[in-house]
Amino acid sequence: MTNQITANIHETKEMTINMGPQHPSTHGVLRLEVVLNGEVVTRVHPHIGYLHRCFEKYAEAMDDYSKVIPYTDRIDYVSAMNQEHGYVIAVEKLLQLEVPERVEYVRVILAELQRIASHLLGIGTFGLDLGAFTPFLYCFIEREKILTIFEKISGARLLYNYICVGGLMRDVPDSFKPETADFVKTFRPKIKELNDLLSYNQIFIDRTANIGVLPAEVALNYAASGPMLRGSGVSWDLRKNDPYSIYDRFEFDIPVGTGEVGTVGDCWDRYMVRVREMEQSLVIIEQALEQMPDEGNVMEAVPKRIRMKEGEIYVRTETPRGELGYYIISDKSSSPFRVKVRAPSFVNLSILPAISRGALLSDLVAIVGSIDIVLGEVDR
Amino acid sequence: MGLLDKKYHDSNIIIVSLDSALNWARKSSLWYEQFGLACCAIEMMATAASHYDFDRFGIIPRSSPRQADVMIVAGTVTMKMASRIERLYEQMSEPRYVISMGSCSNSGGPYWEHGYHVLKGVDKVIPVDVYVPGCPPRPEALLEGFLTLQKKIEGESLVEKKPSEKITEDADRHETT
Repeated sequence: MTNQITANIHETKEMTINMGPQHPSTHGVLRLEVVLNGEVVTRVHPHIGYLHRCFEKYAEAMDDYSKVIPYTDRIDYVSAMNQEHGYVIAVEKLLQLEVPERVEYVRVILAELQRIASHLLGIGTFGLDLGAFTPFLYCFIEREKILTIFEKISGARLLYNYICVGGLMRDVPDSFKPETADFVKTFRPKIKELNDLLSYNQIFIDRTANIGVLPAEVALNYAASGPMLRGSGVSWDLRKNDPYSIYDRFEFDIPVGTGEVGTVGDCWDRYMVRVREMEQSLVIIEQALEQMPDEGNVMEAVPKRIRMKEGEIYVRTETPRGELGYYIISDKSSSPFRVKVRAPSFVNLSILPAISRGALLSDLVAIVGSIDIVLGEVDR
Repeated sequence: MGLLDKKYHDSNIIIVSLDSALNWARKSSLWYEQFGLACCAIEMMATAASHYDFDRFGIIPRSSPRQADVMIVAGTVTMKMASRIERLYEQMSEPRYVISMGSCSNSGGPYWEHGYHVLKGVDKVIPVDVYVPGCPPRPEALLEGFLTLQKKIEGESLVEKKPSEKITEDADRHETT
């Protein structure tokens, strides 16, 4: 009899709860419908669309290819330079436009600086989700330095509208080169500081190691990209495997997850890939600063009016979150007929139900944080 | 005040009106709801982080609307999100304030023309106290918005109601008659 009573007490029913759209650790307005058995997650269903901003409609409605660039900034507002870069490369390929050397180098430096800034935010907020508040503040000190460099060249802190079709809005100031070199020098020891503070912190390792393990096969089947895929041990980086712009001129490594503290493809591996990628970005910036020509007109190849032929193109670039693709169909008019965006966050988020089954509810927060989604990109 | 001040000279008593004491307390601890919608949320985080440091104004992020005094609507408000924002606002306890941050929540911003699903200004669903312009506003602009809100709170009175509340009351009366 007593046994029966205890059995009844411990019997649990499945329960559905909503995480979001207003929740501090969903990184924006994501709503997760979570089915729980006790504290164990049995099913997760992400609901998206709270930040749908109709990028495709705007791309079609603008009367010029250049006017789409501000809207590409707003797709992924954490890495605006990378978004502009991808779109501009696609339009230039359609136009068969050659870009001056100096422009290419400036673009690559900016893209890599933006990658560091984006990863700093991703790492900082990931720590914040798991209860580590201090690393967030440390990350933002460094991020502000990058934003100051961006502000000096473009006038904006977050959404730049700086890279334009055929060149740049204006030339970089003389202080750009020494300031960037200075940042590279000061930032390197800070990565070590971050490792001491967060990466190898035992509490942090306990919260992230062996959690949300994503096997390489599953990652490939879901078409994951970026740190999500590399965290699972697959060495795939478009900068190396399908070089665009001038990335084939630089030497750098592709960091992959090794299962250093747990299993290959767990949350810690995905996190660590981001930290190591920042180091590699510094390596690229150093080389680019060295090779960058001092003189050159950045407005040389900018067309006065974009005259497009009929055609279509798909260009993919590596953003901090993974493979960003722009598929543009052009007709003879001055505006694109269709622009489709392949957003890495959207694809990466689709893995969430597969890897969070069987995890605890508190681990779900860690898994969502380790995917590093930007909702602007998920919903577009 | 002048006469009473001298009377209580020895015993550490400060005499102020109840209004100014309450307003001083309210404006000095504006806890905001951690509620980022889009791009502006990143600038809101930057304002709260080390460089700009919200804390020195007594402004602290809270995760629940029930603990918050002020709601920063930071980002594009879509139709799908609008009803949720309204509900979150209703969950906040009074006195409550709203700062609309950025062009999108002020008026629809860049998504004003073709945004078939974007609310053209968050003031269509909830009353807004301070509008901060910019796309996105700089952290200094958001701080300025908070200072403006503090000035607004200074002028409040227990007897007279907030103008925004008056408007809603008038609207209710209008509907019933």
